[in-house]
Amino acid sequence: MADLAVSPVAAGHDAHDDHGAHHGSTGLSNNKLAMWLFLGSDCLLFGGLISTYMLYRGRVAEGPHPEDVYNIPFTSVSSFVLLMSSLTMVLAVTSAHRGDVKRTRLWLIATALLGATFVGGQVFEFTEMYYKGLGYTTSLFSSSFYTLTGFHGVHVTVGVIMLLSLVAITLRGRIPGNRAEVVELVGLYWHFVDIVWIVIFTLVYLIPS
Amino acid sequence: MSTSTATEHAHEDASHESHGAHAHNGPSDGTMVKIAVLLAVLTGIEIVFAEAKLGPASTWALIILMIVKFVVVVLYFMHLKFDAKLFSYLFWAGAILAVAVYAAAMACFQMFAS
Repeated sequence: MADLAVSPVAAGHDAHDDHGAHHGSTGLSNNKLAMWLFLGSDCLLFGGLISTYMLYRGRVAEGPHPEDVYNIPFTSVSSFVLLMSSLTMVLAVTSAHRGDVKRTRLWLIATALLGATFVGGQVFEFTEMYYKGLGYTTSLFSSSFYTLTGFHGVHVTVGVIMLLSLVAITLRGRIPGNRAEVVELVGLYWHFVDIVWIVIFTLVYLIPS
Repeated sequence: MSTSTATEHAHEDASHESHGAHAHNGPSDGTMVKIAVLLAVLTGIEIVFAEAKLGPASTWALIILMIVKFVVVVLYFMHLKFDAKLFSYLFWAGAILAVAVYAAAMACFQMFAS
């Protein structure tokens, strides 16, 4: 069985740890540092989208209001699905650190399936809203709602593509230098998508306008 | 101690620090499952509060629950509690800056609207 945790290439190379991570002058993995910096900056992107929605959600000149189109039980199930995908992602990361490729692949596939289910649910929700008369340009509320949740949906879709790419890479045995850190980085991105949804679910769906 | 030995030690230290930043020092799989169950329960409580429609009390309860869930995922699932402090600074700087900037922006809009 291929080992994700121990890199024969990295062993003995002073600029790598046994997970193959590149280290700079901080002694920390440059890749992880870059990912955390990206996630910190992405908070600002979603902060802008969320606050725009908060400002415009009451601006409905025509068309349905938020309470007319939201399907809270359905969205609650979607939220639960995304939350559970964070658990499967954590299990994929710990399996990768243990060097268990088979379980890593299994948990990555489970995470991708749960993520795809969430995106499918969002497509269903958007379609349902459209048929209730909520188009993208119907009102300031609809534009800000679709932009916010659409951006999040795109993030989830990108995450699913990254997860499936990781699965394909492990199937071909081509994780660069057998590095578990690659799985960890995708995991960080995936959990970020989850925490953004935690905020959206509460502020957009549960707190009335 | 020769220069090369000192350099080796420095790299060893860096490597140890980095190892500490990995999942090995984090909670076990069982603990992660318990945390996921806790998050699911908190989500259930959120839905109950939303359906109860208790006015401002519901809103504040929902915001507190949201913050708790957010922090639990960041600290445990993202391993920030067990990772290097620099990662925490980078992430929380972005998150706190976002909240501060947009809270100020929303306050301005409210002020001009009224």
